[in-house]
Amino acid sequence: MSIDTQTAAKVAKLARIKVEDDALPALANEFNTILGFIEQLNEVNVEGVEPMTSVTPQRLKRREDVVTDGDMQDKILKNAPDAREGFFAVPKVVE
Amino acid sequence: MSDLNKLTLAEARDKLRAKDVTSVELTQACLSAIDAAGALNAFVHKTPEIALEQARAADARLAAGDAPAMCGLPVGIKDLFCTKGVPSQAASAILEGFKPEYESTVTSKLFDAGSVMLGKLNMDEFAMGSSNETSVYGNAVNPWRRGNDDTALTPGGSSGGSASAVAADLCLAATGTDTGGSIRQPCAFTGTVGIKPTYGRCSRWGIVAFASSLDQAGPMTKTVRDAAIMLEAMAGHDPKDSTSADLAVPNFEAMLTGDIKGKKIGIPKEYRLDGTPDEIVKLWDDGTAMLKDAGAEIVDISLPHTKYALPAYYVIAPAEASSNLARYDGVRYGHRTTLAAGDGITEMYEKTRAEGFGHEVQRRVMVGTYVLSAGFYDAYYNRARRVRALIKKDFDDVFAAGVDAILTPATPSAAFGLGEMNDEDPVKMYLNDVFTVTVNLAGLPGISVPTGVDAQGLPLGLQLIGRPWEEGDLLNTAYALEQAAGFVAKPGRWW
Repeated sequence: MSIDTQTAAKVAKLARIKVEDDALPALANEFNTILGFIEQLNEVNVEGVEPMTSVTPQRLKRREDVVTDGDMQDKILKNAPDAREGFFAVPKVVE
Repeated sequence: MSDLNKLTLAEARDKLRAKDVTSVELTQACLSAIDAAGALNAFVHKTPEIALEQARAADARLAAGDAPAMCGLPVGIKDLFCTKGVPSQAASAILEGFKPEYESTVTSKLFDAGSVMLGKLNMDEFAMGSSNETSVYGNAVNPWRRGNDDTALTPGGSSGGSASAVAADLCLAATGTDTGGSIRQPCAFTGTVGIKPTYGRCSRWGIVAFASSLDQAGPMTKTVRDAAIMLEAMAGHDPKDSTSADLAVPNFEAMLTGDIKGKKIGIPKEYRLDGTPDEIVKLWDDGTAMLKDAGAEIVDISLPHTKYALPAYYVIAPAEASSNLARYDGVRYGHRTTLAAGDGITEMYEKTRAEGFGHEVQRRVMVGTYVLSAGFYDAYYNRARRVRALIKKDFDDVFAAGVDAILTPATPSAAFGLGEMNDEDPVKMYLNDVFTVTVNLAGLPGISVPTGVDAQGLPLGLQLIGRPWEEGDLLNTAYALEQAAGFVAKPGRWW
């Protein structure tokens, strides 16, 4: 599987990272190097092997379904690049 | 008393309790050493006010006879840990200016145990790298040099600042994190000791996430005893991390007897790679002989899927990273691009992330995006998770056959020069983790112990891999190896 510049552009778009057109060939090249390395996995017989979901056999712990935290709007907004009237602010999303 | 910064945790603890020194004196010795070591670029945010306040509080506790395990001991904290009110930016431009309103569980535990925080330590951006060259702060530098050659060497990565700071005696110990070798490889490159505990032993809450199924925090120290002391202070169940294990944390230090008679040590044939330098092979053989002389039984073992660990890692880790790093969107914290006229929210995301993430992080996020995308998920991501299950089974089988620990080299070479790998393809850099990455994939504890130097005088380390949750036994085997190797070399001061 070889990645062309068009696929590289699509991946960049999916990842929401702006990549200039003139940088796409080099990026596609790097992807191909890494994917070439990953291709080795095709040599392994994985027939009947379940994909690992948890490295330790333990079950995830559950806790009581009660409120444990809250009332910290100021703290949550403290690091926001743009916060107004108690909300995160972003460019206009709907016309 | 001079050179207090050169003490180990255990030595300093004993002196504090004997009232030979105060925590303020220890802390000031470290702060002076840090100020004189700008050339190492290890500490990237210094916190002298916090340190001295914590030191005074520790001295009061010591005077009152209420001294917990780490009381008054000055340590450095990797920049990946969120520390309340102190910059915590994972060495990334995208977290420029971020000051958490909360404290990570591990640093909270260290503070509860009386530790003093000297500052935040350099690292690869988002812990993605093996040389500390992807940091927004610039390279951290290894205090070790090749003989009289003044070439600047890497301290390894991603916990490069931590390793450099401990090796140069800027702090008594430091925290690190390890996703594919990021504690053990820098320790091997700097003649220090580092343990990555079993997955789930330390809470990940408040540690900036890279690959959540692989990330673990651990101590980076001058001795195995110090690793035991500090790991105990860092470990334990945390309701805020659902993958943290609800298991009692043993007194690791009390388990350091040095007696390993009858222990079965496995030597995996698959780790004997073509092209491994003779010095590394000899180091490994010597370490094997040391454990045998100490009464261990040496057995040859096979871990047949070893070869596939790195390729599996380079699917799983980027996949998880692409998901974890989706949160850096310029909305809730950190950097946001300056919007041009007509820019909407998509442009904001794309420009913010292009400006905020460095090259290696962008590459990994995009590789992760690709392997998770429709049509490739099964071929790449699910296949890698299947291979991961086989890698874990290799270890399970060996442990089921009675092996107590596995001895391997920690790294395929000694520390290399900063910039030396710049022209190589990214896979070359990834190969640094060839001996360590299997351990993360299998969730096992692994420790790096310095056992020798190469022909140029650079430190080399061996890795011991233990059974899940048996860090105490692993630390004891490492202690026996440390005693036998008698590694005492220190870098000559040039900075």
